[in-house]
Amino acid sequence: MAPLMPAVLALGASLGVLARASDFPAAAVIAMSATTFAGSSQVAAISVLGAGGGVAAAVVAALLLNVRYAPIGITVAQSFRGSVWRRLAQAQLVVDESWALAGGGTVRFDRRVMLGIGGGLWVAWVGGTAIGALLGGVVNDPSAFGLDGAFAALFFALLFAQLSNRRAVTAAVVGAAIAAVLTPLTPPGVPIIAATAAVLVGWKRV
Amino acid sequence: MSAAWITVLTVGVGTVALKAVGPVGVANRQLPPRVAELLSMVAPAILAALVVTETFAQGRHLVVDARIAGVAAGAVAVLLRAPLWVVVIVGALATAGVRLIS
Repeated sequence: MAPLMPAVLALGASLGVLARASDFPAAAVIAMSATTFAGSSQVAAISVLGAGGGVAAAVVAALLLNVRYAPIGITVAQSFRGSVWRRLAQAQLVVDESWALAGGGTVRFDRRVMLGIGGGLWVAWVGGTAIGALLGGVVNDPSAFGLDGAFAALFFALLFAQLSNRRAVTAAVVGAAIAAVLTPLTPPGVPIIAATAAVLVGWKRV
Repeated sequence: MSAAWITVLTVGVGTVALKAVGPVGVANRQLPPRVAELLSMVAPAILAALVVTETFAQGRHLVVDARIAGVAAGAVAVLLRAPLWVVVIVGALATAGVRLIS
């Protein structure tokens, strides 16, 4: 996890800067990193709000991106022990990286390793966000310094990491097409949520 | 309360609940494979839609501007296995650079 922490710190800092450029209060983005602790959904919420998509669209888009944590959590559920509150708190440290590095999805999953990595990443993520949010206060327009292009590039990188099989590629292509078609027809934010309909192509292959 | 704070609170509560589904809720059960398969398609669909809107949307119009340079440069960085924060900086620099000369 050691090499991961500076990277997560730097990514948190870029999130903080992007958020401030989108007129998101510093305290709000720091609070979001501490509670939501899931990068792609945070960027999605901030960018949908910044594009004028409204609260409902921003929330739905962000939560849809985090739906994957239900099946991910189920793969490791058996290793959690103790009271409901203890399990609830520990479950918050399950993120993509801590899950994968601790052997998530295999019989070797180690909850203590996951908690150590997840805790370290949480500190780096929240600290990085705070640094970026405070430094980024001088930027007040996403197009300044090309930050609007940075949002797009970041989403591309997050997408690329998801393209591990044909199903995912199909979903991405159909989702992109839906967004392109709907952008001129619907208010901002709607194309993002409507893109979820891409999973319907999955129904056909029974 | 501002739109930003309502978003932070709602997404926070929702995400805490989603992360708790396994460790707190189901213990020894499994999702049907079909459902798990479909859920795994949600993230790529939404992220691809965000790539499209963040690159080409301006309000309700599709436009080609300097952002496409940011995505292209970012994509090269991704293929070279750069970490995400490097992709962000490369994307910003390329977009700003093209805007400067155009």
